[in-house]
Formats: sequence, structure tokens, C-alpha cells
Amino acid sequence: MNFQAIKSIYIFEMARFFRTLMQSFISPVISTSLYFVVFGTAIGSRIESVEGVGYGAFIVPGLIMLSVMTQATSNASFGIYFPKFIGTIYELLSAPVSFFEITVGYVGAAATKAMFIGIVILATSFLFVDFTIEHPIAMIAFLTLTCLSFSLLGFIIGIWAGNFEQLQLIPLLIITPLVFLGGSFYSVSMLPPIWQTITMFNPVVYLISGFRWSFFGTADVPIGLSLFAIGVFTCICLGIIAWIFRTGWRIRQ
Amino acid sequence: MSNIVEVRSLTKTYDGGFEALKSVDLDIKQGEIIALLGPNGAGKTTLISSICGITRATSGTISIGGHDSVTAFRAARNLVGLVPQEINLEPFEKVINTVRFSRGLFGKAPNDSYLEAVLKSLSLWDKKDAKVMTLSGGMKRRVLIAKALAHEPRVLFLDEPTAGVDVELRKDMWDVVAQLKEDGVTIILTTHYIEEAEAIADRIGVIAKGEILLVEDKADLMTRMGQKTLKVDLAEPIAEIPKGLSDYDLTIEGEGLLYSYDTTTERTGITSLLADLQKAGLKMTDLQTRQSSLEEIFVSLVAEKEGGA
Ligand SMILES: Nc1ncnc2c1ncn2[C@@H]1O[C@H](COP(=O)(O)OP(=O)(O)OP(=O)(O)O)[C@@H](O)[C@H]1O
Ligand SMILES: [Mg+2]
Repeated sequence: MNFQAIKSIYIFEMARFFRTLMQSFISPVISTSLYFVVFGTAIGSRIESVEGVGYGAFIVPGLIMLSVMTQATSNASFGIYFPKFIGTIYELLSAPVSFFEITVGYVGAAATKAMFIGIVILATSFLFVDFTIEHPIAMIAFLTLTCLSFSLLGFIIGIWAGNFEQLQLIPLLIITPLVFLGGSFYSVSMLPPIWQTITMFNPVVYLISGFRWSFFGTADVPIGLSLFAIGVFTCICLGIIAWIFRTGWRIRQ
Repeated sequence: MSNIVEVRSLTKTYDGGFEALKSVDLDIKQGEIIALLGPNGAGKTTLISSICGITRATSGTISIGGHDSVTAFRAARNLVGLVPQEINLEPFEKVINTVRFSRGLFGKAPNDSYLEAVLKSLSLWDKKDAKVMTLSGGMKRRVLIAKALAHEPRVLFLDEPTAGVDVELRKDMWDVVAQLKEDGVTIILTTHYIEEAEAIADRIGVIAKGEILLVEDKADLMTRMGQKTLKVDLAEPIAEIPKGLSDYDLTIEGEGLLYSYDTTTERTGITSLLADLQKAGLKMTDLQTRQSSLEEIFVSLVAEKEGGA
């Protein structure tokens, strides 16, 4: 195991993040504030509470998930796509590193960045609404798992993508709609029964529900099912990456 | 001398079906400098990429320092540094950080004093905190070399290291290469500048259309092809070679005479030829010597190949 290499990749990728620290920091703060103004204040004044939680507080876990999932995916996909694009991938391919080490380095860095942004949003939320986190350890665990699994997904997208359009296609076309329709801003129980059934096919529902449980102790689906869903999702991503390792698909000609 | 790199029956067919390497065999000796010459598209970069693990060979084997490049890729690649043909660098990062990254990637513990020495030898030390994108093309190329040397490789591949580099800098790079050789690093370089191969290589390989046409000691090659000719311009043309000069290998060409000789023999016969010319009463107006260069050897080899293929 080439730990030195993992460390180098991780540090190099984090340096990219720190170079643009202000952007990385300010944009989630601003967008979170906007969400609170629009959803929390404007709409929240009409909706008193959802499942016994004030609407402003109710959307916090969904907001965090929304940002964390999109950030993890785009960070990880960009992280591995960029070396392919500018050609510096030659160095990874000629180095005594296995694909596993490369994945750990890139995915680790992307997940860290997403985690950081998630925490920034959480901190910003406290400025707008009052709430307590019922299961902080479960909350951290869910957040970490989500960052990791969506970074894995982003990593796959980055390897697959042949140009910048493709890089943005999946997050835009699949992840954002799934997250919006996954109960970020409402409880699934608020939907008509037919939509409740359809929603159950959206994997993101399980993640947001589980994450919300860690905050308020209430959930749309049982917590065990949420854990199972995120586990399955992570395993699928790992499986695809393992296949990419073996075949060198889109990486090594 | 033992071989540090052994390539056996290496073929590479790209996805589109193009056969870029056709059963290449190549031995690279420990500590030598070998120059690979060949026209554009000959397969030089493909060969280097296959050895370094950037492309997968279609068939054949490669061993580096006795380690198979696929089954023992870590041990094999640890020994190898690569300077790619294209300038591929992270533009926003500082020079020193990209070099540190390269060292770490190869599993080496940080060693800033070693990296300092490398950057100094490439006259990059004062640029260590500059962002890569603010460097000139020649400097970027040297950054690539610094990255390749960052993990103290024993075998260094340089794919056209001096393309687009000015004359002075090119000489500096040759000095760097000579120093590396002194430190025992084996060097494989590709180049289009034949004088570069002549100046620094111990052996020369010629590759065209995915096949190695020849690998030979530079000195042997030069000797074999090292015929030199002396052209003597005469004040008045002559119809036939005077009797007293029949012992020399002379031919009449236009207004003058051509004398062929071998530079490697102790006596070239030039002095006596000139004396005998005078004795024969021939007036000379000018003298020129010419040597068949590596370039001519190379051009004729490749032309043969392309004509035959
Ligand atoms: N990725 C690729 N896919 C398909 N064909 C390729 C690929 N890379 C190279 N080739 C082809 O393989 C042949 C050899 O290319 P290579 O880059 O090895 O040549 P080279 O000797 O390095 O040339 P140059 O002196 O121009 O650098 C060329 O005909 C090229 O078009
Ligand atoms: Mg080339």
C-alpha cells in the first residue's frame, strides 16, 4: 500500500480547494441564506410545522443534503476529470500506485470538501432557526456516508466523462431532481398516496429521511431502511469502480 | 553490462485497429544513454508509454530492473521517471508543490533538500513559488524534468525533451543529462534533432512504422558510415586522372576531383595526395571536406523502410 501516494493526492486536491476557499465558503452560505429567506420565512409563515417541527428547522437537513450531494459529486468528478483533461493523468498512470490508492486519494479529498460545506451550512442554519440535534453521532455518520458515497459516484462520472458538458450532465439531470423530489423541503407524508408510492423509488428519499431522523427523531421511512439504502448505493459505486480498476476503462488505452 | 530494461515482442494495437508497434525487441543497458530516432508517428511515444505503464501493451513483455512491468508494477515503476512529450502540468499550482506531489506519488518520503538540488540543477529554484502557468514554455519543460526526477529514478525516459527549447538551454539540458549519467541513471530519449543524438547518446536506435530498424553503438555507426570525402577544386579541368595519382581513390567531378577516405584509419593520405597533386602539375583553387552525417544515415534507413513497406 502506497500511503505516501494517497497522502500526496489528498494534499494536492485539498490545495485546489484552499486556493478557492472564499468561493467554497461564501457560495454555500449565500445560497443557504436565500433558501431560508424564500422557503423558511416566506413559505414557512404559511406552514406552521411539519411533523411537529417548525418548517424553518424542518428544511435544514434537506438543505444540507442538497448541497452535500451536489458538491461531493461535482468535486469528485472534477477532481479526476481535470487531470484527464489537461493530461497530467500520465503521472498517475506511470506511478507505482494502484487504482485503489488513486480512488482513496481523490474520493477522500472530495468527501472532505463536501463535509466542510455541509458543516458550514449547518452553522449558517443556526443563524436563522433554533433547533437541537437529537442524535449528533448518527448525524455525523450519515453526513460522512453521504459525502463518501456521492464522491464515489462523482469519481465514476469523472472517469466516464469525455467533455465538460457530460461532466455536468448527470448532476444536473439526475442528482438535482432526485434531491429536490426526495423530500428536502417537504415530508413524503404530505404527498398524495400515489406520489408517495412513486417517491419510494427515489433512493435519495431514504438518505434525507435518515438524516432528518438524526436531527428530529422523526422519519418518513424506518432508519434501518435508510442505512440499508445508503449501504447498497455505496456498494454499487464500489462495484463499478472495482470494474474500472480491472479494465482500465476510459483511463488506460 | 546488464540490461536494465528488456522489451520482448511488444506489440500495440490502438482501439481503432491501428498497429503502432509491431513486435518490438529492445534491450537497454544499465547506465547508458540511448537515443531513439524516428519520423513523426513512428511509434516512439507509444513505445515509451507502454514501458512506463501509460498504455497497455497488446502483447509482449517488459521488464525493468528485472521486475515485470505488469505483475510487479510497483517495483518496476519505482525505478522509472518519465518526461512526456506534451507539456502536461497543473497550471494553478506552484512549481515546488507539483514537484513534491510527484515525489509523494512514487511513495517517497518528503525530502525538500533533494528537491532543492534538482530544481537548482534545472535553474528553476528562483521559480519554485511561481505558479506553473506563469512560466515560459522552456521552463515548463524543465518543470516536467524536475517532476520526473523528484523520486530519484534509476531509469529516465525523455520524450523529445528539447523540442521548442532554445540552443543555449538545450546545451544546459545536455549537461543535466550528462550529470545524470554520471550518477548512474540510465537515459532513454527520443529526439528529432540528430545532432542531439550525436552529441549525447552512447547508442542510437532508429524506429519507423512501429519497427526498430537498428540499434547500434553511436561510434560504430559513425565509423560504418563514417566515410569522408575531400573535394579538390582545380584551376583547370582535367579529362582523366594523371598516371602519378592512380594509387588514390579519386574520381573526377565537374571542375575538380573527389577523394574518399576513412577517418578512422591512422593515415588518411591527404598530405601525400596534396603533394602528389602538385607534382602532377595540377593547380588547386579550393579544398572542401564532407562527412556523411547521422542524418543521412537516418534518412536513407527510413527511406528504405518506407519505400519497402
Ligand atoms: N491514442 C491513440 N489512438 C489511436 N492511434 C494512436 C494513438 N496514439 C498514437 N496513435 C498512432 O500511433 C502511431 C504512433 O504514434 P506515436 O505517438 O507513438 O509516434 P511518435 O513516434 O511518438 O511520433 P512523434 O515524433 O510525432 O511524437 C501514430 O500513427 C499515431 O497516429
Ligand atoms: Mg512522440
